[in-house]
Amino acid sequence: MAFFLETLIGGLMAGMLYSLVALGFVLIFKASGVFNFAQGAMVLFAALAMARFSEWIPGWLGVANPIIANILAFIIAALIMFVVAWLIERLVLRHLVNQEGATLLMATLGIAYFLEGVGQTIFGSDIYKIDVGMPKDPVLMLESVFEGGILINKEDFYAALIAAALVAALALFFQKTGTGRALRAVADDHQAAQSIGIPLNRIWVIVWCVAGIVALVAGIIWGSKLGVQFSLATVALRALPVVILGGLTSVPGAIVGGLIIGVGEKLSEVYLGPLVGGGIEIWFAYMLALVFLLFRPQGLFGEKIIDRV
Amino acid sequence: MAREIGDIILDLKGVSLSFGGVKALTDISFDVREHEIRAIIGPNGAGKSSMLNVINGVYRPQEGEIVLRGEHFSKMNPYKAACAGIARTFQNIALFKGMSVLDNIMTGRTLKMKANLLQQAFRLGAAEREELAHRAKVEEIIDFLEIQHIRKTPVGRLPYGLQKRVDLGRALAMEPQILLLDEPMAGMNVEEKQDMSRFILDVNDQFGTTIVLIEHDMGVVMDISDRVVVLDYGKKIGDGTPDEVRANPEVISAYLGASH
Amino acid sequence: MIYRENGQFKTTYKTDQQIFPILQDRWAVLVLIAFAFVGIPLLVDEYMFRAILIPFLILSLAALGVNLLVGYCGQITLGAGAFMAIGAYAAYNFAIRIDGMPLLGALLLGGFTSALVGIIFGVPSLRVRGLYLAIATLAAQFFWDWAFLRIKWFTNYSTSGSVSVSNLEVFGWSLDGAVDKYLFCLILLVVFALLAKNMVRGAIGRQWMAIRDMDVAAEVIGIRPMYAKLSAFAVSSFIVGVAGALWGFVHLGSWEPAAFSIDRSFQLLFMVIIGGLGSIMGSFFGAAFIIVLPIFLNQFLPWLGGLAGLSISVATVSHIEFMIFGALIVFFLIVEPHGLARLWSTGKEKLRLWPFPH
Ligand SMILES: Nc1ncnc2c1ncn2[C@@H]1O[C@H](COP(=O)(O)OP(=O)(O)OP(=O)(O)O)[C@@H](O)[C@H]1O
Ligand SMILES: [Mg+2]
Repeated sequence: MAFFLETLIGGLMAGMLYSLVALGFVLIFKASGVFNFAQGAMVLFAALAMARFSEWIPGWLGVANPIIANILAFIIAALIMFVVAWLIERLVLRHLVNQEGATLLMATLGIAYFLEGVGQTIFGSDIYKIDVGMPKDPVLMLESVFEGGILINKEDFYAALIAAALVAALALFFQKTGTGRALRAVADDHQAAQSIGIPLNRIWVIVWCVAGIVALVAGIIWGSKLGVQFSLATVALRALPVVILGGLTSVPGAIVGGLIIGVGEKLSEVYLGPLVGGGIEIWFAYMLALVFLLFRPQGLFGEKIIDRV
Repeated sequence: MAREIGDIILDLKGVSLSFGGVKALTDISFDVREHEIRAIIGPNGAGKSSMLNVINGVYRPQEGEIVLRGEHFSKMNPYKAACAGIARTFQNIALFKGMSVLDNIMTGRTLKMKANLLQQAFRLGAAEREELAHRAKVEEIIDFLEIQHIRKTPVGRLPYGLQKRVDLGRALAMEPQILLLDEPMAGMNVEEKQDMSRFILDVNDQFGTTIVLIEHDMGVVMDISDRVVVLDYGKKIGDGTPDEVRANPEVISAYLGASH
Repeated sequence: MIYRENGQFKTTYKTDQQIFPILQDRWAVLVLIAFAFVGIPLLVDEYMFRAILIPFLILSLAALGVNLLVGYCGQITLGAGAFMAIGAYAAYNFAIRIDGMPLLGALLLGGFTSALVGIIFGVPSLRVRGLYLAIATLAAQFFWDWAFLRIKWFTNYSTSGSVSVSNLEVFGWSLDGAVDKYLFCLILLVVFALLAKNMVRGAIGRQWMAIRDMDVAAEVIGIRPMYAKLSAFAVSSFIVGVAGALWGFVHLGSWEPAAFSIDRSFQLLFMVIIGGLGSIMGSFFGAAFIIVLPIFLNQFLPWLGGLAGLSISVATVSHIEFMIFGALIVFFLIVEPHGLARLWSTGKEKLRLWPFPH
């Protein structure tokens, strides 16, 4: 029981991060109908920027304080992600308005390759460290309830906390601010939104900036845990099934979907994995999403749409 | 006109359809007789297109049924409808825009082509013969619609009026018994409208095809249709010959209400 | 010879429906094929065969398969690599587990297995489109990556995880030399390209394209989406599977699951986009381009760097390759969604009108 709970909590914490990345997907999809396959590349790119600048800055400025270096690196990386967002809107999206979803998807695949290439050309392609002072030691909890208590990884715990805070902030931003309202209007009906004077292009830049920040945070969390390396791009791919589960257009769907996938992955790895040779977390989420697609194509929270003819 | 209007071929009984909260159709019943030209009119958003979509199974009504030549369908689907000889054209042209005019019309022959995948891959005698036979048939339609000069052109490059004609051609290639036309003349100039009216009348006359037609141009409707159904906000508010409908006070007020 | 179709009147529908209705095109293609069979073996060295020509032929075949699904039927796939893997491993298992299984038989059975699995993974396409479907195909990719790594039966319990084949022979013709391998692949490619062309210009091809362009309208004229989509998945997976088996058996000889990773899937998709969605010829252009570009960059960039006094490492070249591919994908999607094949036919169009452009 304690072990089960431990796994469950571990899954929920990992899932929170998936929720965050999935939210980045959902925002972009709602605002521009783009299924952003480049999310993973953005995570890698942002993490590379963060890792390398925090490494270079002490040398450049002669400050040894890691906190200052980290803060500066974060700001620079965030600015870089804004520039990336702006360029993507300028150079790609703007020219592909009203194209089909599949075309846009392939375009983001191109963006992904490009970002991976640029990122590694500029920042290098070794394994880099991000050290933002995340505690690494595990803690024991609930010793009074279970014999031996349950072991929680502090790092995961803080990561989940940060992700949850950002998720909450994004949800609030989306629901309460004027920009958020404009964004929702765009999501509901592009043409109508444009006709009442909402500047589509600016909205797109904003959502891609938000996705850039999401990528940066996810990149820092994953990067400090796993090291910044090429495989970060594929870790983000694991957040894809989340949006299928939750429904591409649903914010609560992204959150709940993330948690389900996180828990499902961990439980399956622990209980199912040994039976079939391990390593199944890579595909388990996808298969779950696939089965789900067959029965509820619009996802948990997505709306069912009947094509107009 | 030589054609004889026959028995009821298509009978709609108590059809209701809604999308979420929007009631597109409420308890609609009407019938269509063999060989007639039946028009559906009504203001924008009245539910006309939805009606056609129900008839050929694109939308599933929550209530009501469709009786086709005495056979009851509570659940129609597009494939069944096509097999039963119902063809249609679309309000917003729904041609296959990556394909040529010829290929678009050839797709209309799908149900009549029988060669299997392997025969087609190896282009064995049977597949080749079938292809040529249907090509000949399609050429007849191309001649009929006077679009010989554009047969190899990708439809995406054609002007709007010609696209509408190809859309009709694709439906005709099915050799349908019932043809559903959703605003075949929308956005056309007078000359194009005359051409299209002529084609519709010819189809009806030469092949005896029953036609259900949605049209906004009252002049055309009154000219070519035998009977007219009037919809407004998803409800039927009139049904009868053009003259009867024109005299119906409810219809007059719906149209006056909608036009200012 | 001037490129003209004047005077070539088509008096029957049959002549009008030939694969290459223009006489000059027919000749050009025949000459090209003859050259590929006779000329190239005389002119080209071993390295060229192994490093460029054989991979080109096999990946062209795979790209052709992907193009049928993505370009003609409009069903996006990010899992083509997995289907190459299925073809390769299925063929391998047929070859080692059934005594006296001929090479050709194993290859085709690999294709059939891949087709079957393709149908299963195509089922979601009946319910969902575009974006969601991409996920379904990714599921296939990740699942099979894992399966061939972890389920030992597939690799016949080989300790290293890699499998190998030897003594390839077709009807007594042993495929030892690079030339033999090349010719064998060429024959298969020509045959499959012909069959594919027949399909896309026939009824089934029209059904696929109808589904791609406007699925509701297709259904209304009596096309069954289930039949059209699943047949596209089956045919495409079959061809991709055979290509995968060739890749394993003929090109690599011994291989690991990594040979068919997600990168392979993306590479195939890129070939199709750059070469031309919905064009058989485009698949060849795309494959050639994607195989030649890295080789070219590997030569050219260090040389360029040398001029500027920089030394450019192999890793950097591969990153720049990523950039260039990414940029090209976006470029083609925006500027010429029909890819190199369209540029080619536009060029021909100009030539046909030359020197009077109106
Ligand atoms: N697929 C759909 N999903 C949601 N609502 C729909 C759908 N199709 C139609 N509707 C709604 O049903 C109502 C009737 O629409 P319909 O297209 O049938 O009208 P119409 O009479 O054809 O109008 P028009 O003259 O503009 O073509 C409208 O309120 C429309 O918004
Ligand atoms: Mg309508």
